Amino acid sequence: MEWNFRNDLPIYTQLMEQLSRAIVSGELLPGAKLPSVRDMAMDAGVNPNTVQRALADLEREGLVFSQRTSGRYVTDDEALIGERKEAMAEEIARQFVDSISSLGLDKEEIIKVIERVRGK
Amino acid sequence: METLKCSGLGKRYGSTRVFENLNLELEGGHIVGLLGPNGSGKTTLIKLCCGLLTPDAGEIKIGGEKIGPKSKAITSYLPERMALAEWMTAAQAMDYYADFFEDFSRSSATEMIHSLGLDENQSIKTMSKGTKEKLQLILTMSRKAKLYLLDEPIGGVDPATRDYILNTIINNYNPEATVLISTHLISDVEQVLDQVIFLREGKIILQSDVDDLRMERGKSIDEIFREEFRC
Repeated sequence: MEWNFRNDLPIYTQLMEQLSRAIVSGELLPGAKLPSVRDMAMDAGVNPNTVQRALADLEREGLVFSQRTSGRYVTDDEALIGERKEAMAEEIARQFVDSISSLGLDKEEIIKVIERVRGK
Repeated sequence: METLKCSGLGKRYGSTRVFENLNLELEGGHIVGLLGPNGSGKTTLIKLCCGLLTPDAGEIKIGGEKIGPKSKAITSYLPERMALAEWMTAAQAMDYYADFFEDFSRSSATEMIHSLGLDENQSIKTMSKGTKEKLQLILTMSRKAKLYLLDEPIGGVDPATRDYILNTIINNYNPEATVLISTHLISDVEQVLDQVIFLREGKIILQSDVDDLRMERGKSIDEIFREEFRC
């Protein structure tokens, strides 16, 4: 995976965000086995305890689960993944709408801009 | 039990006081940054922990052992400067470590020497500054110690080697061992740390979980350091 971190935010929340993104986008498929904490820490270049903390939180949210002997896996609950995808999309849209509204655009104009940029 | 425990530590150099009643506890399983400006006592603290200096007051215990042969057997120290005889080759330096330290793994040292492109038969005196640093770090990290004391491990190396060194530290991670890294190149190492200690004029002004600190202040450890130690 490609990792990108900012140092002014907690690394574990960024790990959670980037892993969630990989799961909802299908880069990590439902039921897929995750690398070990050490391998993920090496790959991301971060502290293993930080990876552990991020995975434990994702586990609490149900996006990953662990099997006592064989490691951690992405959930196979596709409904849950779908919900998370929607929530993440809404959060991004909210930030975008806040930002573009501050330019004084109304709803129609915002939709026009999106259509122009995205292609109809 | 704490991996490292300093209680009521005092140290003077002549009339200059470095520490007075310093208390510090480190648990196993952490990579800890020891951060402070020049002259704050980082190297003195590390040298006290590996028995190169003797405290004037107080006590240090490593894995429950007072400083002595038993503590040294579980402490792996990377000095700030080249501490090996210059006539030695890398292979001879490995022999030397193997003789001194039961926990030294020659196979992992050899593997790192090859992956960093060092020549086992090159003598230390003909090595560049960066190569010497790499060799010393390889030897230090090839021990299976309980406490690693790394005094400025990335000071003189290029960015690619720095990444390799940081990866070596992550790869070597063991839930029982603690790695204490002194540095002032904070932005280069802060992703690897999970705890920091800020040292100012011989006093610990902050000891914290790194992510908690980022969360609390919304800033990088590097920025927080600059604020705390603004001249």
